[in-house]
Amino acid sequence: MGVDIEKYLRSDKLPHIWCPGCGHGTILSNLIRAIDGTDIDPDKTVVVSGIGCSGRATGYLDFDTLHTTHGRAIAYATGVKLANPELNVIVLTGDGDGSAIGGNHLIHGCRRNIDLTVVLFNNQIYGMTGGQFSPMTPTGATATTAPYGNVDQQFDLCDLTKSAGASYVARGTTSSPRQLVKILKEGLNHKGFSFVETFTQCPVNYGKRNNIGGPTDMLEWQDGITVNINKWDKLSDQEKEDKFPVGIIHQNEQPEEEYTNRYQKIIDDMAEEGK
Amino acid sequence: MSEKKKVLLQGDMAVVEGGMAAGAEFFAGYPITPASEVAEGFAKELPKVGGKFIQMEDELAGIACAIGGSLSGKKSITATSGPGFSLKQENLGLGIMIEAPLVVVDVQRVGPSTGLPTSPSQGDVMQAKWGTHGDHPIIALSPSSVKETYDLTIKAFDLTEKYRQPVILLLDEIVGHMREKIEVPKREDVESIDRKRPEGDRENFNPYEFTEDHVPPMPDYGTGYRYHTTGLFHDKTGFPRGTSEDAKKLMDRFSAKLEENKDDIILYDEDIREEDKTVVVSYGSTVRSAISAVNEARENGINAGWLKLKTIWPFAGEKIEEIAKKADKIIVPELNQGQLIREIERHVKGRAKVVGINRYDGTLIKPEHVMEELKKEVK
Amino acid sequence: MARYEIRLSGAGGQGMILAGIILAEAVLDEDDLNVTQTQSYGPESRGGASRAEVVISEDIIDYPKVIKPDCLLCLTQEAFDKYGNELKDEGVMIVDERIDTSKADEKIKENILSLPIMKTAIEDVGMRLTANIVVLGVIDKYVKQIDSENLKNAIKERVPEDTVELNLKAFEYGQKLAK
Repeated sequence: MGVDIEKYLRSDKLPHIWCPGCGHGTILSNLIRAIDGTDIDPDKTVVVSGIGCSGRATGYLDFDTLHTTHGRAIAYATGVKLANPELNVIVLTGDGDGSAIGGNHLIHGCRRNIDLTVVLFNNQIYGMTGGQFSPMTPTGATATTAPYGNVDQQFDLCDLTKSAGASYVARGTTSSPRQLVKILKEGLNHKGFSFVETFTQCPVNYGKRNNIGGPTDMLEWQDGITVNINKWDKLSDQEKEDKFPVGIIHQNEQPEEEYTNRYQKIIDDMAEEGK
Repeated sequence: MSEKKKVLLQGDMAVVEGGMAAGAEFFAGYPITPASEVAEGFAKELPKVGGKFIQMEDELAGIACAIGGSLSGKKSITATSGPGFSLKQENLGLGIMIEAPLVVVDVQRVGPSTGLPTSPSQGDVMQAKWGTHGDHPIIALSPSSVKETYDLTIKAFDLTEKYRQPVILLLDEIVGHMREKIEVPKREDVESIDRKRPEGDRENFNPYEFTEDHVPPMPDYGTGYRYHTTGLFHDKTGFPRGTSEDAKKLMDRFSAKLEENKDDIILYDEDIREEDKTVVVSYGSTVRSAISAVNEARENGINAGWLKLKTIWPFAGEKIEEIAKKADKIIVPELNQGQLIREIERHVKGRAKVVGINRYDGTLIKPEHVMEELKKEVK
Repeated sequence: MARYEIRLSGAGGQGMILAGIILAEAVLDEDDLNVTQTQSYGPESRGGASRAEVVISEDIIDYPKVIKPDCLLCLTQEAFDKYGNELKDEGVMIVDERIDTSKADEKIKENILSLPIMKTAIEDVGMRLTANIVVLGVIDKYVKQIDSENLKNAIKERVPEDTVELNLKAFEYGQKLAK
């Protein structure tokens, strides 16, 4: 039984601006399926984005949507959520927006464990601005600002966010949409900072330049570099090299440890004392 | 009957007291001398009334978070000093573009760079107007005493809620850190303005409708309007549209918002008699020295008057032009190398002599310094 | 009434600013008096130079800082070297007895009150940190505009609850020193 995706879209704002073959549309439609599978009230949902191709996603979604400055979506979202904890707040960011300029806000959002669901569209490149490398571009890959091969190393964003305090960490790919819906849904339902990194293909600015091929080649390539988390620990170090585990990486259900709940406790205790 | 109480209040705390009286419910910011006391005060007061305080990880996050709180429907405020004000500029621009009500306090200190963290300055006057990129409307207020800080904080909230225009409150380290005995009414007795919220269904709702008063009603997040807002140029639906026509329409609406309401926004006090050929134009911490000097000058037979600017931006150009018609000399004491004086000269257009008195080393301009200039003949 | 200007100077950590705040708060209850309190300090939490200023007036206070003090306190040599040459003709300068005032202006020298402030705090009160309150006891004698009871109440409000008694003792010792 399919989900009526149209219901959640601002159809009059389509077609979207993304390139043919871009994976962002896949993330968006599966995010919608995930939202549909929860009992989130669409009238009480706010989606916040930053700058980049991922930033454009909010315009197409029929919720309260906020398209902010480069790297700061989590900071804006923190304000939206703290001011009204009843709201469901989702953040859509990219690998550049979220882990370069936005890196500081990412780790502090994790540290606070504030109830946001952060979906990071990881296409391993700065797509919107024409193909510069990002903190998620693999070493040795080619980009416009790394014409001789990328010297930088990548983050492991799931390790990073887990260490920083995120209570739900997951990784998915646009090549495995069913798994993606599942991990997004769990993240949405989770009370605390949920981080979902999603590999998505950028054929125009990454795939072509790095000889991976077209969109379908890139999806196959994604499958090739990812391993289900259930099987991950059984691999040898050599087998793990240049690969990433996918699925739910970390999950800790402790709603009382969520930021807005902890702050509310201060308010409630004070009100009690006042009586 | 309203009861007033006498308190010894620090300038930074007058911001807190004024803000709480105006109904502030959200503060996000970052520690910086000499503004940290504002954050500390709100941290203490807000939870008492169910409001929210958060110290963010950096200055940019501070203002971003405060804007987020405003969009959720709360009266929101952030506070900083020079270096932090520089960092906040980009997100201030977003606040202006999406028309988010927000009060931004800048307790100025000597710059540039780390400068003198515990000394006063009026060095951010031009930055308040031009700091964020592009042409943009701005409102900036400058209180000259602790009582005025209290009053102008309430006014700042009123203006930002009424016009959906971020308002900058320019204090300096003297006004921010000095303590003064002032009388304040009980918080419940203070009336304040709330933003206009839409009524009716969302079918016909456009978040950036072009209305007669130029200020579109603003829904709280979560009330069913489900609207988009972005820093890109947008049409009335809030969705990005980059045509020149859309850009011009929006820019013109922004300008009209302030231009057509300038009587409400441009605030000043004056004491200028017909015979006053010299006028001292001051703002913020130089005001008290200016007024003191003018009073003394009058006792010594010098015909001098004073204009106290409470609103710096938009600038009181018409008032200056009016003064320039009658006065021969205009004195501008500033704690910088001459910033507002440029705007004054622009409006005086050579009709009077304009003289600056400048201190940019962290010291104050004393009444005797203004007096010295007042005694000089106009050639 | 002409302004009455008080300047308190010493090293960071000696509580000059707190003393200034207490003086200002003591004026709150004098209905017809206005008061402003300002301060200067360096980045060091301890040491360096710290200065608090209080201006009291019946009229609206035009300029909130001290122009020329009626009452000057210097707790350290550094403070005296820096501020010791500015005092109104009939003003009073209170210095700790360990300070060398030999280089002071001849006219000012007659107005200097050299008192064992630190000694009193350390030996009589038993806590060096109360020196600023001992000072308030001395100042109480010279600033007629402030009522002693109001000053004591302001001290009670501003010091940590469990040190109120100790500080009131320090205040009384200060009052005795002034006699």
